[in-house]
Amino acid sequence: MQLQHVNVKFLVQNPEEVDLEPLIPVFHGWIQEQPGGEELLLDIADYRHVPAGPGVVLIGHQGNYSVDNTDNRLGVRYNRKAALEGSNIECLKQAARAALLALQRLEADPRLKGKLRFNGRDVEVFVNDRLIAPNTEATREAFGADLRKFLQQMFRGGEFSVSYASDPRKLFTAFVKAAQIFSVADLLDALA
Amino acid sequence: MKVSNSQWAEKLSGKMPEHLAREIDIFETEVALRKSGKIDERLFAETRLRKGIYGQRYDNGQRHNGKKVQQIPYPSGELTKGPSTMWDAPGMQRIKIPGGGMNAEQLETMADLAEEYSDGIAHVTTRQDFQLHYIHIDDTPSLMRRLAAANITTREACGNSVRNITACPYAGVCQDEAFDVTPYSRAMAKFLLGHPDVQNFGRKFKPAFSGCSQHACGLTSLHDMGMIAVTRNENGVEERGFETYVGGGLGAVPYHAKLFDDFVPLGELLPLTQAISRVFARLGEKKNRSRARIKFLIQDLGIEKFRELVLEERKTLPSDPRWAEFAKEGEAFQELPLHPGGKPPLLGTEKFQRWAKNNTRPQRQQGYVVVTIALPLGDITSNQLRALADIARRFTRETVRTTVEQNMVLRWVSQSDLVEVHKALEAAELAAPGAGTIIDVATCPGTDTCKLGISSSRGLAGELRKRLTEKNFQLDEAVNNLHIKISGCFNSCGQHHVSDLGFYGVSRKMAGYAVPHFQVVLGGQWENNGNSYGLPVIAIPSKNIPEAVSRLTGRYAENRKNGECFRDFTARIGKVELKKMLEDLTRLPADPSDRSFFSDWGDPREYGLSDMGVGECAGEVVSATDFGLAAAERELFEAQVAWESGQIKQAGEASYQSMLRAAKALVEIETPVVGNDSEEIVREFRARYFDTQKFFDPFAGGKFAEYLFAAHQNADRPYTQDSARYLIDEAQLFIDAAHNCYNRIGAPAIV
Repeated sequence: MQLQHVNVKFLVQNPEEVDLEPLIPVFHGWIQEQPGGEELLLDIADYRHVPAGPGVVLIGHQGNYSVDNTDNRLGVRYNRKAALEGSNIECLKQAARAALLALQRLEADPRLKGKLRFNGRDVEVFVNDRLIAPNTEATREAFGADLRKFLQQMFRGGEFSVSYASDPRKLFTAFVKAAQIFSVADLLDALA
Repeated sequence: MKVSNSQWAEKLSGKMPEHLAREIDIFETEVALRKSGKIDERLFAETRLRKGIYGQRYDNGQRHNGKKVQQIPYPSGELTKGPSTMWDAPGMQRIKIPGGGMNAEQLETMADLAEEYSDGIAHVTTRQDFQLHYIHIDDTPSLMRRLAAANITTREACGNSVRNITACPYAGVCQDEAFDVTPYSRAMAKFLLGHPDVQNFGRKFKPAFSGCSQHACGLTSLHDMGMIAVTRNENGVEERGFETYVGGGLGAVPYHAKLFDDFVPLGELLPLTQAISRVFARLGEKKNRSRARIKFLIQDLGIEKFRELVLEERKTLPSDPRWAEFAKEGEAFQELPLHPGGKPPLLGTEKFQRWAKNNTRPQRQQGYVVVTIALPLGDITSNQLRALADIARRFTRETVRTTVEQNMVLRWVSQSDLVEVHKALEAAELAAPGAGTIIDVATCPGTDTCKLGISSSRGLAGELRKRLTEKNFQLDEAVNNLHIKISGCFNSCGQHHVSDLGFYGVSRKMAGYAVPHFQVVLGGQWENNGNSYGLPVIAIPSKNIPEAVSRLTGRYAENRKNGECFRDFTARIGKVELKKMLEDLTRLPADPSDRSFFSDWGDPREYGLSDMGVGECAGEVVSATDFGLAAAERELFEAQVAWESGQIKQAGEASYQSMLRAAKALVEIETPVVGNDSEEIVREFRARYFDTQKFFDPFAGGKFAEYLFAAHQNADRPYTQDSARYLIDEAQLFIDAAHNCYNRIGAPAIV
């Protein structure tokens, strides 16, 4: 199974303390700067008014970044839209690195007053294409080994648990919980 | 963009209606041909528009990023999908939902598409459509195939064709309707889709059905063709038919639909529609888009002549067996409940009671209610759509509809299930109370995604919703029942004309800077199918609109007399007094370091930065042009007051004079000495601003200048109530355009 359109979301700690409003000027700043790489950042979609929604989305051409509150689980999410060359593990790493780099910038941005921080252990992985990866047992089997390899690398061989969304209508979704706490820098180093 | 795009055709083979599958295959070929440069961009633009694929803001490849205009280096380079519309630029997909009716599978499909191709949000529009934003053109054939497999088409969701046919979402269960219009609206949608007689219009054509005349749910007054269910008794037998109206429309200058026939029998409705379509296609304006809606044709011909032409055309139509089948639709159609009707719950939590108060409505059928799901700004997530599909299956026979208030309704809910339905909606975060009240603000996309947006209608709507929700339960009941509707520009997609408090986006120059504003429109009426249109009172900076709402609603709560509605209240108080109440809100804050007014709601970029002149101290720099435009606004306001007091001649003359004043203000930027002779002003204006296209709106072109030329040409004609009213609206648009022009040309300020 060749994975594409991988999404990775890193959950934040104390989500009730995070104010999404300052994200709007922060994301506008990113569009002004166009931080580089292949990513072309285009626009901002503000869905703060939607409960358990996508939050604030920075729309890009190759991928979207968001501080996403789907299922009332607030986290920094990268949604890869453009196709990628490479193995499944490389696709997973690309999405995870993109999300982590965004999270790192957000953690450091003074406008967010240090309130948006990775909780250290909760990660969600989605495949945003039901034809490639329907949310079925077969996908779990086909994709499980690559997902575990990727997670082992990211968590430096540390323990973690994986559970899956049960509703077959949902995107293929893996809920990952690391046994120990990691910083964003730890994870980025591990994926380098 | 999606890697799976190449696989959907095969995957869904045999699951799509054959004609839709074929159309999508053809469209996919057209996409490929355009990519290889074998189809002209204009032709491709109309092709995609007729499939509901719109451009979106910044699709011309540039965006003001708050500091400068930034070129957007899309990977496909110079490839376009229409004039000045870059191939890779995100676009919007409109999806027609005839009469707003959806089943659970369709909700689930919408959920999947919003998640996979858009940003996880599906948006309900003021015409019962769905819209998905940030869609890549390469993904659209797959998206359409997946819709087609759920029996939904995007065909003719845009373009110069018959748009979504809307219908009252309470049809069939309403206490007051003559009969259920659902089967007829669906049959008409099916009949007209792709019909050869509706392929050659100069502009769009929007039909709507209503089961009664007194409620707003169908909004027939503001449609190109409006059908209201009526019955008559012929020899003791009840016969169904439609009171049929034509030529309504909002847009820049709103028109009330005119009565075409007070009773069109069922068997005659389709041929009549065909005949109307043929006359519109043959005689309607084709070159000048701003005069191409059927309302202008009817205005020019007069309703009597139009009717005569249509009836003549009717005689020439070859008979079609579908006409007679249409009449039988009502007999065949049946919508049933899943559970037996029950009694209303005796108890319930306070939360439940609060929700049930505005979000449930008894059906005609005893023991059942319609439940309204209030969607904030019309937005719903993919997960919520799936949850709603589950709820629709669990409690009903999947009887869900979208509404023109950008909500969704669940019909045929047994009263004995109501507590459980509320719990299920609450679990899906779909149990927001206050449906149809002042907090349930309707809005178009505005500057968020629309290319025509001038001010942030969604930003303002979100802010008003937040503030009003905070004090919702302390609000006076009469205030709570008001409607707020917001459009990002004069084109009225937010239907601001038919609201108690309506707003539409304009820009004004203050202290040398462009400042986002909204025109406050008062006196509209939502009830009676949107039968009364409000008039602009005053333009206020966006950031002061919440205060304006607070003052207006506060005064209404304090001063209303004997159950007076808001429209009657504003008429009694009068525009002069209303304007006086709000006048101080037109000014900038005294503190010159407060820059908040120079950006819009939810968008921290300085508004219209590229149009700015050299910064000066706020409130001190006023140019002669500012004075001239302000005088034009004043004169127009007097015209409105005159019109409302029945002084039609004065209203018409003052409107015309206000346009001349605005034109003169612009002319004087270039040639300071211009007299008061109207010929000279119009001649100079034409030469300096029209012929040079300096006055042209980026999207409406010279439309607003033509309002001046027409008013000037017709200055000696007597004004009627209607013509004076139209002129007031046209003058307002001309003055707004003059402000925009002034902002664009950035004339130096004169102290």
